[in-house]
Amino acid sequence: MATEILMPALSPTMEEGTLAKWLVKEGDTVNAGDILAEIETDKATMEFEAVDEGVIGRILVEEGTEGVKVNTPIAVIGEAGEDMSAAASSGADAPSSADAGADAPKEAPAAPKVAAQPAAPPRPDRSPDWPEGTETVTMTVREALNQAMAEEMERDDSVFLMGEEVAEYQGAYKISQGLLDRFGPRRVIDTPITEHGFTGLAVGAAFGGLRPIVEFMTFNFAMQAMDQIINSAAKTLYMSGGQMGAPMVFRGANGAAARVGAQHSQDYAAWYAQVPGLKVAMPYTAADAKGLLKSAIRDPNPVIFLENEILYGRSFEVPKLEDFTIPFGKARIARAGSDVTIVSFGIGMSYAMEAAGKLAEDGIEAEVIDLRSLRPLDTATVIDSVQKTNRMVTVEEGWPMGSIGYSLAAIVSREAFDWLDAPVISCTGKDVPMPYAANLEKLALTSTDEVIEAVRKVTYR
Amino acid sequence: MAARKTTRKPNVSAEDLTRFYRDMLLIRRFEEKAGQLYGMGLIGGFCHLYIGQEAVVVGLEAAADEGDKRVTSYRDHGHMLACGMDPKGVMAELTGREGGYSKGKGGSMHMFSKEKHFYGGHGIVGAQVPIGAGLAFSDKYKGNDRVTFAYFGDGAANQGQVAETYNMAELWDLPVVFVIENNQYAMGTSVKRATKSPDFWERGAAYGIEGEAVDGMDVLAVKAAGEKAVAHCRAGKGPYILEVMTYRYRGHSMSDPAKYRTREEVQKMRDERDPIDHVRTMLLDGDHASEEDLKAIDKEIKDIVNAAAEFSKESPEPALDELWTDIYADDVPQEA
Repeated sequence: MATEILMPALSPTMEEGTLAKWLVKEGDTVNAGDILAEIETDKATMEFEAVDEGVIGRILVEEGTEGVKVNTPIAVIGEAGEDMSAAASSGADAPSSADAGADAPKEAPAAPKVAAQPAAPPRPDRSPDWPEGTETVTMTVREALNQAMAEEMERDDSVFLMGEEVAEYQGAYKISQGLLDRFGPRRVIDTPITEHGFTGLAVGAAFGGLRPIVEFMTFNFAMQAMDQIINSAAKTLYMSGGQMGAPMVFRGANGAAARVGAQHSQDYAAWYAQVPGLKVAMPYTAADAKGLLKSAIRDPNPVIFLENEILYGRSFEVPKLEDFTIPFGKARIARAGSDVTIVSFGIGMSYAMEAAGKLAEDGIEAEVIDLRSLRPLDTATVIDSVQKTNRMVTVEEGWPMGSIGYSLAAIVSREAFDWLDAPVISCTGKDVPMPYAANLEKLALTSTDEVIEAVRKVTYR
Repeated sequence: MAARKTTRKPNVSAEDLTRFYRDMLLIRRFEEKAGQLYGMGLIGGFCHLYIGQEAVVVGLEAAADEGDKRVTSYRDHGHMLACGMDPKGVMAELTGREGGYSKGKGGSMHMFSKEKHFYGGHGIVGAQVPIGAGLAFSDKYKGNDRVTFAYFGDGAANQGQVAETYNMAELWDLPVVFVIENNQYAMGTSVKRATKSPDFWERGAAYGIEGEAVDGMDVLAVKAAGEKAVAHCRAGKGPYILEVMTYRYRGHSMSDPAKYRTREEVQKMRDERDPIDHVRTMLLDGDHASEEDLKAIDKEIKDIVNAAAEFSKESPEPALDELWTDIYADDVPQEA
């Protein structure tokens, strides 16, 4: 049966091209793979191959023709001895009709806006994190993280920990202390210093049905593994149409420690929070560290769990409960107040809380919200608070551009514009690489004083 | 092109030979059709064809058992067909339709099948190599004897994460066969312009990994080498490297004018070393099949490919609310 050969699209963006040269003539027999013609695109000259065997019946577009639209019939091919005049005549006047290809996909109808969420804003979840009257015990963030991993490894054999110095050294920051003795080398695995490789390997293990916990000694080194975290872990569920994803935890110290210089002092909260497919947690207290890490290990998605070296040794009250978890997407009101909302997370909370205490001495009652998880983000609690206080200050250690604070400012101005009595101020790290000198480092970080000053500005007091 | 070391060919049944012919032909005809649909604008973006390399996946699949895993790069259509994925689902993914393996959301480079133990389809050169080692890690952790095939090209072989993976795979005795499909060109850069250490399989020695080079245009040689590699892994001896010397007839992607090699070079390979012609000749010369038998197979394959193409055109585009699904495995609100 005679068929038309159509002007091919030879690149993702090609709409038309020049038929530079025919390498066959009417009556020639061709095999699949034979070069039929040379076609010039805006980028290059390409060879155009036959996809079927047959005889060239008629050539419909002469060589040298410019501006031949994709899908225009350029020749007719058929079997030997076949009369191709019918197909040829129908194609003879076709070159002007660019959309001649009956198989061309239909133009998509104008896409109606598909809403991701129902219109009604969710109400804040104010349920207590643990039942009233539960006994608590004082422990460090370090102990809380260690307990969380031990409990989850006890609960599920598919959970394992891998990273640099996590096993025999007992953890560079001693978060994994005792885990090797308790769970053995099958489940607590020292890696070579090879972040890109072991992160990819852990993603593969998650595809294979395990629940890896990857410890980065610090998140600075995870930049070596960024491709595997974003491209492989975060996107696969979507790219596979829901068939398979990477349920796993990436955890470790994030942000500035003290005097360790520019390459070891970066807060990645906003980077990871930008990525659909990842969940991101950044706890401040030991209770949140424990409850959120247990949730992270059980979560069916890849979770970024951002810890802080300075907080590892701080002590907080943790409930004595058999199985204590904190859900993602539920902020904590760390201090109630009515004059201004201070929103923070991670180590930023230490500045926020200290500032709130000092402001109270001057009669300014700040409501302090600890976000705890950055994706999903509990915007309902923030908006609810701003509707009460009419003012917001955000506090974080990361750089200003694209920060969590700037995002919150945009969300609040969209959702609660009429309630705002002052512009939102975001206290962030300074827009510079971290310096080494003690005085400059102090200047580069945000501080309690900066938070107090910001609150005075938005409250005009 | 001659491999430095080729495992001895075993005896092969007429039935196996016929199956290899059929499986390779399916890949070739499927890819030709994909090229055609691309030319018609039905397939968009990137589309990397496997034509010329068919003996690699067909030979290695013949060495695999049920439950063995595979992961590869973006030149993945052949791997999917060879492990038994439905040509309709693959073609419909190429056209970005609802009936595709990823519901149209993945495209040519991103397809997966849990059922067939195919773990992608990865678009970043070399990223699938540690993932393959991780799949092998999961089997070793679970205590079964499954093996993972991690396919990558001569281009990826120079990636740092491949070296990192060799080190860990041997350190932990992971049951992974690293399959380097050396088609001699990393996009437009020939092997000799990319490295002074062109025998990629020999690099395993630096990590204590055994390996060999094999003629990738000879499906029986690939199968024999694959069986040896799989036996090594299943016996708990750790990873194995197979450098399979092959050749791609088409450009790197559809939009590659392939000016970095001569037309004669390509034609010579097609005329003298074509892996499908090779098996066809064996079938005919050995009186294992007649011209009519092979014509019947050609017809059968043509029908399968045409049906796949039809399906890929008729399957609707994904519903618009698919934009918002499969981002998380549970219910998580998105910013909107």
